[in-house]
Amino acid sequence: MAVQQQTLATASPATPRVAKARGRKLTGTILVNGLLAIICILWTIPTIGLLISSFRTREDISTSGWWTVFPHQAYANVSTVQLTPGTPLDQPLVVNGTTLSDDQLVAGFVLPNGQQVKWANRRARLINVQEQRWEMNNNFYLTNYANVLNGQKYTYTAQDGTSKTEQGDNLSEAFLNTITVAVPATVIPILFAAFAAYAFAWMRFPGRKTMFALVVALLVVPLQLAIIPILRDFTALNINGTFLAMWLAHTGFGLPLATYLLFNYISQLPKDIMESAYIDGATQFTIFTKLILPLSVPALASFAIFQFLWVWNDYLISLIFLGGTPKAQVLTMRLANIVGSRGQDWHLLTAGAFISMLLPLVVFFSLQRFFVRGLLAGSVKG
Amino acid sequence: MQTTSEVNARKPAPISSNAWVPSRFFIALAGLLVTIGVLWLGFIFLRQNDWPQIITTIIAIIWGVGGVAALFTTANMLVESLSLTWQQRIQPYVFVGPAIGFLAWFLFVPTLRTLYQSFFDSDSVKFVGLDNYGATFTDPEMQQSFVNNVLWLVVGTGGCVVLGLLIAVLADRSKFEAIAKALIFLPMAISFVGAGVIWKFIYAYEPKDQPQIGLLNSIIVSFGGEPQSWATQKPLNNLFLIIVLIWMQTGFAMVLLSAALKGVPADLLEAARIDGASEFQAFFRIIIPFIQGTIVAVTTTIAIFTLKIFDIVFVMTGGQYGTEVVATQFYRQFFANRNFGYGSAIAIVLFIAVLPVMWYNLRQLRKQEEL
Repeated sequence: MAVQQQTLATASPATPRVAKARGRKLTGTILVNGLLAIICILWTIPTIGLLISSFRTREDISTSGWWTVFPHQAYANVSTVQLTPGTPLDQPLVVNGTTLSDDQLVAGFVLPNGQQVKWANRRARLINVQEQRWEMNNNFYLTNYANVLNGQKYTYTAQDGTSKTEQGDNLSEAFLNTITVAVPATVIPILFAAFAAYAFAWMRFPGRKTMFALVVALLVVPLQLAIIPILRDFTALNINGTFLAMWLAHTGFGLPLATYLLFNYISQLPKDIMESAYIDGATQFTIFTKLILPLSVPALASFAIFQFLWVWNDYLISLIFLGGTPKAQVLTMRLANIVGSRGQDWHLLTAGAFISMLLPLVVFFSLQRFFVRGLLAGSVKG
Repeated sequence: MQTTSEVNARKPAPISSNAWVPSRFFIALAGLLVTIGVLWLGFIFLRQNDWPQIITTIIAIIWGVGGVAALFTTANMLVESLSLTWQQRIQPYVFVGPAIGFLAWFLFVPTLRTLYQSFFDSDSVKFVGLDNYGATFTDPEMQQSFVNNVLWLVVGTGGCVVLGLLIAVLADRSKFEAIAKALIFLPMAISFVGAGVIWKFIYAYEPKDQPQIGLLNSIIVSFGGEPQSWATQKPLNNLFLIIVLIWMQTGFAMVLLSAALKGVPADLLEAARIDGASEFQAFFRIIIPFIQGTIVAVTTTIAIFTLKIFDIVFVMTGGQYGTEVVATQFYRQFFANRNFGYGSAIAIVLFIAVLPVMWYNLRQLRKQEEL
């Protein structure tokens, strides 16, 4: 009892300070979370806008912003007023008892009762009377996706009622092409790099230090340096425009980072396991395939995700080595082509962009942990 | 005691005899040759076939991935059939050989070849000395590109690092750290071309009396402003392109800086606070110096990346309206103008810009090896 009283006594003078500190902490928390929330919203809006737009109809997307799919107040027509055709426009006009000028009718004029009057057809002297209502602009469909994925011609009805034919962008073909490029361009450099990393880490041979220094030096070499000579080599080998060319190029350009990352990991593995395996008569090749590769799965996965995303998202290398072969084009090239030739067709662009993002986003969300780990391993040291 | 006996109890390893086995050697050699042959046939098949695309895709993947694995396996079989001395001598090179060969072919030798080319004229025939470099630094378009690239480097890299640090600090103090970081990080998974489309849509411009479908212009109009064509206004348009880079790369900076922040010892901060340091003092005097190394590493990585920026500019403006950068100039000289000498000189300029980083990395490596 006495102890309790004592604690209470000592605690009571401190209470205002604690409360003040707590209050400051609370405002701090609100401030931190609020700021973070604002940044997150800013960061996410562009992607959300794209995603929503890709499901909107061709007309909707070109006449209203994507945010109008959310409930918002907008003027909707309730009735029309027909003035006498030929009424002079330079004089005051009387609409429903209010005197208005032509300019006001062009801009839209809000009457005292909340209704808005606006020209529907100025030449025919037709005026719309509009009322503010809650609206949602949500005509969604999947036709945009069907049209960009398709390689055939398709017809649609334009705004003026005529029917038009357009060539599909065949993104499904580009999607398969991208997979064909990306899977071997991810696995092959990893194989090469893993073998090399193991040798650098656990074998002693003349030239080891020089070769590893070469790997480190080449980490930062801009690939622009390589483009002209490699293109000449590929032309001489007659493999320009083939997937093989892409695999070779991505393997070459991805190897420095792959070797460096895997070396960092493999050289940290405990020495004993390798020694005991060697004493047991395992060859270097067996140690590597049966021991090192399984143990290195986390590092391999990290780099695999890295390289896969890099290859999938690459534009420059495909532009240079696949540029002349339309059939082999990858997603980024097709998408860039649509931007170039039909930059105002937002219904196609948004759907196409989302198709190109689909797989990276799936990979990202399912394997984020490995991705982050790979980043940390690669860059803090470098 | 027991461990020793266990080791002793182990049977002596069946070490292969120190002599080569001709039968194994020839079988392995045959295997290697067959693999190469099959790969060649596969290549011929893939180069000219009109099978359904999905089947070609599968065959191509098996051919590419399986082929490399088969080559490694058979090459190793061949080496392991040699005498032990030779095996130990050659095997490391079988392991590093392909990687080093690729690096030499794709990066090391091309660097030298590009350097050589840069002293020749557009058709790589006539020696012109340093003329291409002279042109690089006097051509007004190139000068514009350099100015723009510096802008990209300063604003882009600076923006990524500062925002990344800010978000990392905020996220560190928030309960929603994981989700916030994922959202900021997400654009890293998207291609520059895709991001270009996303932001072109944000910047979309319609004439004044039409409904604005671009978010930015819509906001401006709703506040009574005039819609602007953002991509075409010199020199501000560069900033609008740089925003795309910041949007994409801040996540990268954030992830690394956030990990570094977690490494700042809590008791150090606690001690500073007890001594009466404000949050800002603690941040600038303790946290910043502590994570300095990471800040430098992140800044360098993003700077190198920004130096080579190409896709964003190429997709969003095509380098028009004064947005040209060095990498787009390189592409233009090389592909549009077919001026190989000039293009090579531009590439070498990029190379010179990264040389200090390369030198620093190599020095670090040597220090590590001395340890």
